[in-house]
Amino acid sequence: MATQDEVLSGLAEIVNEIAGIPAEDVELDKSFTDDLDVDSLSMVEVVVAAEERFDVKIPDDEVKNLKTVGDAVNYIIANS
Amino acid sequence: MTAQPTIKPSTGAQFSRIHGVGGYRPVRVIPNSEVLNWIESSDEWIRTRSGITERRWAGPEETVAEMSVQAASKAIAMAGIAPEQVGGVIVATVSHLKQTPAIATEIAQRLGCGTAPAFDISAACAGFGYGLSLADGMVRGGSAEYVVVIGVERLSDLTDIHDRSTAFIFGDGAGAAVVGPSDTPGIGKVVWGSDGSQADVISQTAAWDTAFAKPDAVNGAGEETKWPALRMEGQTVFRWAVWDMAKAAQQALDAAGITADQLGAFIPHQANMRIIDAMIKALKLPESVPVARDIAETGNTSAASIPLAMERMLQSGEAKSGDLALIIGFGAGLVYAAAVVTLP
Repeated sequence: MATQDEVLSGLAEIVNEIAGIPAEDVELDKSFTDDLDVDSLSMVEVVVAAEERFDVKIPDDEVKNLKTVGDAVNYIIANS
Repeated sequence: MTAQPTIKPSTGAQFSRIHGVGGYRPVRVIPNSEVLNWIESSDEWIRTRSGITERRWAGPEETVAEMSVQAASKAIAMAGIAPEQVGGVIVATVSHLKQTPAIATEIAQRLGCGTAPAFDISAACAGFGYGLSLADGMVRGGSAEYVVVIGVERLSDLTDIHDRSTAFIFGDGAGAAVVGPSDTPGIGKVVWGSDGSQADVISQTAAWDTAFAKPDAVNGAGEETKWPALRMEGQTVFRWAVWDMAKAAQQALDAAGITADQLGAFIPHQANMRIIDAMIKALKLPESVPVARDIAETGNTSAASIPLAMERMLQSGEAKSGDLALIIGFGAGLVYAAAVVTLP
């Protein structure tokens, strides 16, 4: 199972690639929309890329609960 | 005992292709600045979320029938055939608000297509692809020599201008194609399908009977009766439209025996520029393939978007006659249709 650090750095790479945010800015307490400027459609791209990378299913109903990077990291660890 | 009589078989052309394409764009241009009178937003927000800078909305004279006749006349002229040679008129639309009779019969009559069979189909943003599949079958099956397929919408009639998530998306217009016999294959297998389990993802807010018979239930007690409008679940549609539809597009390429680098154009339904961009990535489309981006100035015109975009690419020289184009429509139903076609 992946560690929190591994998931965080993987997610940071994804956010960097899709939204152009520097990977080091992607921290656990950051909000995707308010702090990182990841809009709702980019969020779907992040989610699909994360599903592939971490072999996890993130249903649409769950996406709205993933407000912060930490929310996403925890969901991925708990469900992968 | 007498032998069982056999039915003489109906035989058509061995192959079919698109012989002509034509479009009609309403006169009235609605720039983003005008949409901002109705919703709390900004030009930048609309552009970054959708790629749309302006759209066309039809006036009272630009009816579903009128726009269709204009577009189809151009397609018939480009095909170089006489209207009497048209043996079928298929009209794909979700915004002709008079259910009976089908608008296709009036359009066929105004085009001069005599007594050609004419009917409407409802397949939302996949309507053009659905019509193309039917037309291809009719031409090759022998029930028509030439078929006119029209995608036409007045989505402004079904737009809630105060809904921040949809007010800026939709536009009006018509696009048409003439499908007829060909010496070489010009329409690949249409990869099409539906998913009724996601029927609620894009839909009209209320059925007409509910909206008018029980307006309080729809609008709230004492509130003004509102027309039903189109609504959608953006994130769910985005995920399906990009990744599931990239697979359908690939299946259409495979079925036609064509690789992406052989394409002269990619003409996806003009739903949202973000969907188009993400689909290009998911499909790994080579950068050399020109991509239709008519949505910037036309908005999302549902069934009309693919033929309108096709016409624009041919007129601008981005794509040329004889090029292979991958088309894919997808939308409310959910429904989809993808195919490789030879451009007229």
